[in-house]
Amino acid sequence: MSILVLAEHNNIDIKSSTLNTISAASQIEQEIDVLVTGFQCEELAKKIAKCEKVSKVIFVDNEKLKNPIAENIEPIVLSVAEKYSHIMAPATTFGKNIFPRIAVKLDLAQISDVIKIISNDTFMRPIYAGNAIATVKSNDKTKIITIRPTSFDPVETSGGSDIVESLEFETQNNSVEFIDREESHSERPELSTARVVISGGRGLQSAENFKLLNEIADKLNAAVGASRAAVDAGYVSNDYQVGQTGKVVVPDLYIAVGISGAIQHLAGMKESKVIVAINKDEEAPIFNVADYGLNADLFEALPQLSSELDKLNTIQQ
Amino acid sequence: MKLLVTVKRVIDYNVQIRVKPDGSGVEKDNVKMSMNPPDENAVEEALRIKESGKADEIIVLSIGGDKAQETIRTALAMGADRGIHIKTDNELEPLAISKIISKIAEEEKPSIILMGKQAIDDDSNQTGQMTSALLNWPQATFASKIEIEDKSATVTREIDEGLERIKVNIPFVASCDLRLNEPRYASLPNIMKAKKKPIDIKDANSLGIDISSRIEQLKVEEPPVRQKGIMVNDVSELVQKLKHEAKVI
Repeated sequence: MSILVLAEHNNIDIKSSTLNTISAASQIEQEIDVLVTGFQCEELAKKIAKCEKVSKVIFVDNEKLKNPIAENIEPIVLSVAEKYSHIMAPATTFGKNIFPRIAVKLDLAQISDVIKIISNDTFMRPIYAGNAIATVKSNDKTKIITIRPTSFDPVETSGGSDIVESLEFETQNNSVEFIDREESHSERPELSTARVVISGGRGLQSAENFKLLNEIADKLNAAVGASRAAVDAGYVSNDYQVGQTGKVVVPDLYIAVGISGAIQHLAGMKESKVIVAINKDEEAPIFNVADYGLNADLFEALPQLSSELDKLNTIQQ
Repeated sequence: MKLLVTVKRVIDYNVQIRVKPDGSGVEKDNVKMSMNPPDENAVEEALRIKESGKADEIIVLSIGGDKAQETIRTALAMGADRGIHIKTDNELEPLAISKIISKIAEEEKPSIILMGKQAIDDDSNQTGQMTSALLNWPQATFASKIEIEDKSATVTREIDEGLERIKVNIPFVASCDLRLNEPRYASLPNIMKAKKKPIDIKDANSLGIDISSRIEQLKVEEPPVRQKGIMVNDVSELVQKLKHEAKVI
């Protein structure tokens, strides 16, 4: 049997979450088909077929698929589902939105947010916002799975089969209509997939001061995040929030500035490889999870950090 | 217009979770339980829709053991009109839960089903989408704004890239994000009044639905504990450590 991966993309570029999901699938089975549903995205389908581990791309192109409406994508997946032992998508808002529909229509359970593959029917997934890890075994004949992208290294974007198979599909749903999308544009990497994240908390004291983080972020090619306290205080918008009720991030380096370390924030970042905490309160719980703690006033530490990074770059050049 | 709101009783979000030493699950005895936080947003949104004159009845549904009725009472004290308790002592999976909700929806014929986008215990994020698919009603997941019009609603959704707006026909299923609204507290007189509101109790096994479990939980364990690292004296030392020891910059 083979595995089907549903691709997340924006009609032009593949999202890295898809590459992570293909990588997870390859731990179970080597025959991996990728389903690409979109509009005017043949070039993209070809690009995906070139990715490592991809046996074949199944490509459905029509105007109603320009935006990923769950009700439109669900019947396409269902139409090819019976050929596969596992059907996978990234556990992003894209995959989360669509996959439970596929599971229920096939009368199957879904296993959400898999962080580790033990065997072809046994998986590990976080529960209670990562405060416990469950090992679960699915007894269903087809496994419907969403994959936490940050738990799997992405596959390379070359080395694939280069085979694209076109599939005609008429989309009939009229009960949902896409209106618009307001993407938070940023020159910086996306928060959920960035290699370095620098986040600020209430300690920053104002929206204006948050800009101190931008300067450092630019030097490290980092994404900027925030604690819930900073979001609630109105310093930055919701989409910056890292934590149980925001985004879960697993970067190589996480720098927490003026963040005390509430349970809800820790749930969103404590899997990061290296954690740095800068806080003037030496009792702040964030120091308990930090690899490197600096007990200092952030308004002194951030400019120093900025100039130290400059020095580093000068030496490298 | 009738609204159906589903609520789940979960370990309170402020409680530090403890895994049982035998790996069979997490400790629930003598632990504070509350309504699942985004379910509170669902109840609040239903109340606001009713207060705006667009709905006339709010039904609260909970599935679980006897104590699920406490959670229903909380929603009734916030202002919902009546409750339905589907009784079961088993931990049902989202697949079974969505079948039960669909069955109740077919009987009650609400115009909108509101639920939390995710329960903070099993973190599945499935029930809303599954219910929508079973009923063949449109879904509006991760909703942070719901504007009801005549025969449709415009819903703003929280997605990874930012915000998305969709228009869905009524009836539909909404899964609510924490940013949808600020849930109210029940006042004492309303808590007293809620005691007299009716709750219809049915046994889950009497519904004629397959609610068997499909997933076996083999083990629950603590996540790997993070070792506390070191304190550095100044920024210069920090940068040196990141460069030469951790090798991340």
